[in-house]
Amino acid sequence: MEIDWLKFFFYCYAALALFGATMVIFSRNSVRAVLFLVLTFVASAGLWMLLQAEFLALILILVYVGAVMVLFLFVVMMLNMNLSPLKEGFVRYLPLGILIAATIVAQLVWVYKNTDMAALHLGELAQKPADYSNITELGLALYTDYLYPFEIAGVILLVAIIAAIALTFRGPQNRRSQNIAVQVATRKDDRLRVIKDVGPDSDLKA
Amino acid sequence: MDFSLKAMLPEIFLATMTCVILVLDLYLSDRFRRVTYLLSQVTLVFAAVFAIALWDNHFVLMGGHFVSDKLAVVLKTSVFIVGFCIFTYVYDYLRERDIRISEYYILALFSMLGMSILISAGSLLTLYLGLELLSLPLYAMVAMIQRQNTASEAAMKYFVMGALASGMLLFGISLIYGSTGQIHLDALPVAINMAEQPDMLLLLGVVFVVIGIGFKFGAVPFHMWIPDVYQGSLSPIVLFVATAPKIAAFGMLSRFLWDMFGAAPETWQSFILIMAVLSLLLGNIAAIAQTNIKRLLGYSTIGHVGFIFLAIYAGNFAAGAFYVLAYALMTLAAFGILVVLSQRGIEIEDITDLAGLDKQHRWLAVMMLLVIFSLAGVPPSIGFYAKFVVLSALVDAHVAYLAVFGLVMSAIAAFYYLRVVKVMYFDEPTQTREITIPHGTNVLLSINTLATWVLGILPGGLMAICLLLY
Repeated sequence: MEIDWLKFFFYCYAALALFGATMVIFSRNSVRAVLFLVLTFVASAGLWMLLQAEFLALILILVYVGAVMVLFLFVVMMLNMNLSPLKEGFVRYLPLGILIAATIVAQLVWVYKNTDMAALHLGELAQKPADYSNITELGLALYTDYLYPFEIAGVILLVAIIAAIALTFRGPQNRRSQNIAVQVATRKDDRLRVIKDVGPDSDLKA
Repeated sequence: MDFSLKAMLPEIFLATMTCVILVLDLYLSDRFRRVTYLLSQVTLVFAAVFAIALWDNHFVLMGGHFVSDKLAVVLKTSVFIVGFCIFTYVYDYLRERDIRISEYYILALFSMLGMSILISAGSLLTLYLGLELLSLPLYAMVAMIQRQNTASEAAMKYFVMGALASGMLLFGISLIYGSTGQIHLDALPVAINMAEQPDMLLLLGVVFVVIGIGFKFGAVPFHMWIPDVYQGSLSPIVLFVATAPKIAAFGMLSRFLWDMFGAAPETWQSFILIMAVLSLLLGNIAAIAQTNIKRLLGYSTIGHVGFIFLAIYAGNFAAGAFYVLAYALMTLAAFGILVVLSQRGIEIEDITDLAGLDKQHRWLAVMMLLVIFSLAGVPPSIGFYAKFVVLSALVDAHVAYLAVFGLVMSAIAAFYYLRVVKVMYFDEPTQTREITIPHGTNVLLSINTLATWVLGILPGGLMAICLLLY
């Protein structure tokens, strides 16, 4: 029997992503929840890889898994959050939650039933030659047609840095740094205090 | 691709100079902080000159993402002039309170760069990016100086609402892109006309984009941030938030509704009308109950936005442009006076803080009187002429009942404006205080105030320019 490997991998990654996403919500430990979120991202990256978007898939892993989620993990670990107060009222809000979820599911089913799937041209992916490079295409678009928006995005990032610093800067602080010149130039009088007239009963005598 | 970067000179110069000032400022000691201020002013003057130099040309650059036409020139120049006045008015305020001047100026310059990009946007992508570059420094400015908790609250509200509006705008843009496959402003009208019947997806996209625009203007029902931000933040920041971004928002409105959907006004007219009517109603009625002068001016802003939207509804974008420029000029003077008055440890917050201003500083009281009358629309001020143009546009569009509605709302507005005048002239001052205005600020503020009346008496020139835009 011929196995459609593409479909096989798709279902593997999709199941993994769904499993990860579910566990993010249901795990009691917040660090574990973050790790499951990482799993979800990796599985999604696999899905993108199947869509031949290899650059985006790798970027997803590099940026989200490698940077954003690690940062997130640090925050979660440092804050040592107690999640139990957040989960209070779960039962109370359950009917509302179920109602919203049911509405969304009903909408999805309705759209699916009423859409002519054949008319959407959901055909096969266009087969690109083996030397086709996503990055080249992306780079060409980014640095020719979309150069101007790209540069504005750069300025926005610069402003974000400036704004973040402006918001958190509290003026120059006194740091506990060593000044070697002062340490070397120190004299005996700076460190040693001679107490005169030591009485006979003093502890110092003994 | 066209590489004649001459058309982008205002933006390039502004961006470069802002970065230069940013780095230079790091090496300046506090005594020479004035250099930052002077350099910012020089930057704005040159940017305005470069913008005016482009008057006779029409450029489409950067693969269609950048447009420079008469509208761009007029709005950009106004933004830079308004910025120049703001920088002058706030300098002594910031200096006196030991507030970090450089951050204010640099963030404001970046915001003005965003306005400039937004005004010249040739595609929905640059429209969005320009809006973000405009807003991001504003959020930081509102949150930056935390004297009271209200600043944090204001910043938080502004930021969350702004993020929501950006999300709506992006969603709308994605729907329009999904429906037409175009993001360029010049290609979109063609794509829209190609479609035989109005596409629901496209209409939905337009709705979301107009919501985003309505938020920037502060039109009801997207006005919730205005009163809190105006009341919560310091006067210099309100001065900036209330004036220049409105001009840029008008540029965005005009690019979107005129350049793209001008051929199909039925797609957006109905909800522009709803926003206009609600803004006029809520802005003017809620303003009656205010005791805080900044909050009062905030609600009055909402009312003025209602007038701008009425002009847009009537399809008269020139009247809208005139109104927004008049509004910027008047608000600039009104908040400028509040900033100048807040000195020696006194912050002007409540209307009663203005009590007896006539006895404390006669010329400032006269200027405030002129500005308030202009805001109220007393003839022959610019506020009157702007309202007159909008109302006559409504009559020309055969919706006279809206003109009557606008008139009634102006009459209500006159009530709370006159109350401020009454407090200034007929109430006894609560404390004796001496008010000193630096010479340069005084001259500029006087010119600004007198302009609100001179341009009202002789509106022909400005109106002719506005008519050239469309």
